[in-house]
Amino acid sequence: MRILFRASLVAAGLLAVAVVASAGQGAPKPPANDDCLACHGDPTAKRANGTSIAFDEGTQKAFGASKHAQMACVDCHQDLAALKEFPHPDTLAKVNCGTCHDAAQEKFMRGVHARARQDGRMLAATCVDCHGMHDIQGAAEPSSPTNHLNLPATCAKCHGNLDIITRGHIQIGNVAAIYHDSIHGKALEKSGLLVAPSCVDCHGNHDIARKSEATSPVFRANIPATCGKCHAGIKQQYDAGVHAAALKKGDSRAPVCIDCHTAHAIQRADTDSWRLAVTAECGTCHANVVDSFRLTFHGKVTELGFSRVASCADCHGPHDILPALNPASLVSQANLVTTCGKCHANASASFVKYDPHPNPRSYQRGRVLWWANRFYWALIPACFGFFGLHSLLWFRRSWRNGHGTASHEKDGGRA
Amino acid sequence: MTAMLADRPAHEDGRPSAIDATRHLRRFDLKTRILHGVIMVTFLGLAATGMPLLFSDAPWGRWLARVFGGFQGAGLVHRFLGAVLLAAVVWHVGEVLWRAFVRGEKGLLWGPTSMVPQPKDFVDFYQQMRWFFHLGSQPRFEQFTYWEKFDYWAVLWGTALMGAAGLVLWFPQAASRILPGWMFNVALFVHGAEATLAIGFIFVVHFFNGHLRPGKFPMDLVWFTGSVTDHELREERAAQYDRLVRAGDLDRLAVPPPTGSLVRRGYVLGTAGLTLGVGLILLILYAVLR
Repeated sequence: MRILFRASLVAAGLLAVAVVASAGQGAPKPPANDDCLACHGDPTAKRANGTSIAFDEGTQKAFGASKHAQMACVDCHQDLAALKEFPHPDTLAKVNCGTCHDAAQEKFMRGVHARARQDGRMLAATCVDCHGMHDIQGAAEPSSPTNHLNLPATCAKCHGNLDIITRGHIQIGNVAAIYHDSIHGKALEKSGLLVAPSCVDCHGNHDIARKSEATSPVFRANIPATCGKCHAGIKQQYDAGVHAAALKKGDSRAPVCIDCHTAHAIQRADTDSWRLAVTAECGTCHANVVDSFRLTFHGKVTELGFSRVASCADCHGPHDILPALNPASLVSQANLVTTCGKCHANASASFVKYDPHPNPRSYQRGRVLWWANRFYWALIPACFGFFGLHSLLWFRRSWRNGHGTASHEKDGGRA
Repeated sequence: MTAMLADRPAHEDGRPSAIDATRHLRRFDLKTRILHGVIMVTFLGLAATGMPLLFSDAPWGRWLARVFGGFQGAGLVHRFLGAVLLAAVVWHVGEVLWRAFVRGEKGLLWGPTSMVPQPKDFVDFYQQMRWFFHLGSQPRFEQFTYWEKFDYWAVLWGTALMGAAGLVLWFPQAASRILPGWMFNVALFVHGAEATLAIGFIFVVHFFNGHLRPGKFPMDLVWFTGSVTDHELREERAAQYDRLVRAGDLDRLAVPPPTGSLVRRGYVLGTAGLTLGVGLILLILYAVLR
C-alpha cells in the first residue's frame, strides 16, 4: 500500500513536470486545477502521516457551484503558483482572502474576532468559519451560510456551542439560544421574514466591535440609531422624549431600547408578562415612583400579575415620555382627562385630581391622606394593643382558673 | 353557688326555689342570628377577596386572587358581598331606628338592654381589670358586655366607613361629581386600613372573646342556636338574670333545648368560619413577618 502511494505520488509529480516542460516557454506556467486534481482527485491519496489529501467528489462539485468556480486553485493557494517541485511540501501558507477582498479584510482586522486571534485565542472565527471554504457562495444564495436567513445558525456554530463558549470565555453565554426564542429570532428563523434582523444587522459583519467601544453599533449611545434602522417611527417618538434628551446629554443612565426590551431576548410588547415586568425596569431609576404606584389599585393589580389596569407606559407613553410640566406630555394637566379617559370613560377634571403616585407621608401631596394615615397609624396599634392585652390577661386569668368562665365564688372573698 | 344566690335580694322576690339550671333561655332571636350569619359569611368572603389586593406583594396574593378567578372575579365577589353586608347593616340600623322611634320601643337607645354604652359598662370594665389581676370578682354583666358593645359598634362604624369608601371606589366616575379625584386615594387607603383593623379585630379579638377563650372553646354556639342555659345566663350575665327574675320575665324566655342536629350543624359551620378566619390571619402574619 505504502509503495503504491509513493509510486502514485512520483507518477503524478512526473506528469506535472512533463506538463510544465511541454509548455516549453521560459517562464514557468502555474499549475492548472486539473494538475492539482491529478493528485488531490485521488480519494485514496494520503500524506506521509496517513491523512487524506483528497479533494473529494462532493467538494469538487461544491467548488464547481461556488462563487469561486472560475478561479484556479493557485489563485488562493498562491504559494503553489510559482512552485516547480511536486509533490509540494505538506505545509502551505495560509490562504489570504485579503488579496482580493482587501476592504473586507481591513474591516475584519479591526473586528473583535481578529483581535481575539491576535491575542492568541485561535477559536475566534476567520473568513472561512462564516463564509465556508471551497464551497463559498454569495450571501444572496439561499444556501449560503451568510445568507440573511442562515446567519443566526452560522453565528450559532460558535455562539450557540457550549464547548466553544466555555473555552473561548464568551461572556454573554449561549446568546444564540436567547435570540432563537426572541421575537426577532422567531420572525427570521421560524417565519422566514427577511425584514427581521439577524446578528449582523445590529452588530455589523466584518468589523464586529464590543458594546463597550464607542464605534460599535451596539454601544449604548448608538443603540437607538441601530434599532431605528428598522424601527424608524419608534425612534422618532423616542427622540422626542425625555430619555433621548438625557442620552444626548451623555447621561449614561438614560435608558435606551435594550434596557426595556433587552438586547437578544426581545419579546412582543403587548404580552401580559412583558407589560408587567417592564415596571421593574422603570423602577431601576424611578424606585420611589414605582413604590408609590404600588400603593394604588393600578399598582396592586399589576403586582398580582394582571395587566388589565394601567402601568407606567399606559399613562406616560412607552417611548415619547415627557415630564408632566411639558404641555406635550401625556400626563400634563392639559392632557390628563384624555389620558385617564383611555380607560376611564367620562373621566372629568375632578376625576383626574386622583393621585396615581400617592405618598401618605407627604403633607404637601395630600393633606387628607396624610391625616388618614396618621389616624390609622394611631388607631390600629392602639386598638390591637388594647384588646390584645385585654385578651392575654383574660386568657391568663381564666386559664389559671381551670378553664372556668365565671368565678364569683373563688374570688368573692378577695374582693 | 347556691349559697351566693341565696344572699341576693332577688331570691326573696318569690322566684321558684327549684329552677332547672339546664333549661334553655332565648338570647338571640332568629333575625339577629341571621344578621350574624350574613355578617359572618360576607365578612369572611370580603376578607378573602380583598386581601390579595391589600397584600399584593405577598406570595400568596396571586393564588388567592386566582381562587376567585383573578382580580376581576375576586372584585366581582367582593362587590357583591359588600353590597349584601351594607344592605344587611342598613336594614338593621333602619329596623332599630324604626323600633325606637316609630314603634316607641323602650330600652333600645338607653338602659340595661341597650347597645349604647352605659355608665355601668365603664364600671364593668374596671372591675374586669381588677378580676384579671385577682383584685376582685368578675363583674355582674348585663345583657351585653362592654366588649360585645365594642364589637357591635365596630361593625357599624366599620361597615359605614368601608361601605362609603367602597362605593366611591366602585363608582369613581359618579363619585368624582361630588368629590375631587384625590378622594379615591383616601378611599382606598381608608378601605385598606379599616380592613386591616376589622380583619385583625374580628379574627383575633372577637374570635377569642366570643369563642376561643377558655370556657367557650371551641365556640359559643349561641350565635347559631340563639339560646343559652339558665345556668350559663346566671353565671355570665348575673345582672341581666336578676333583672329578668325581678321583672318576672325569665320564664317567658324559656325555649326547648336545641336539637342534636342543630348543634352539630352549628359546630360544623362555626368551625369552618373560625378555621377560615384564623387561616386568613396566618396568611397576614406570614406576609407581614416574612
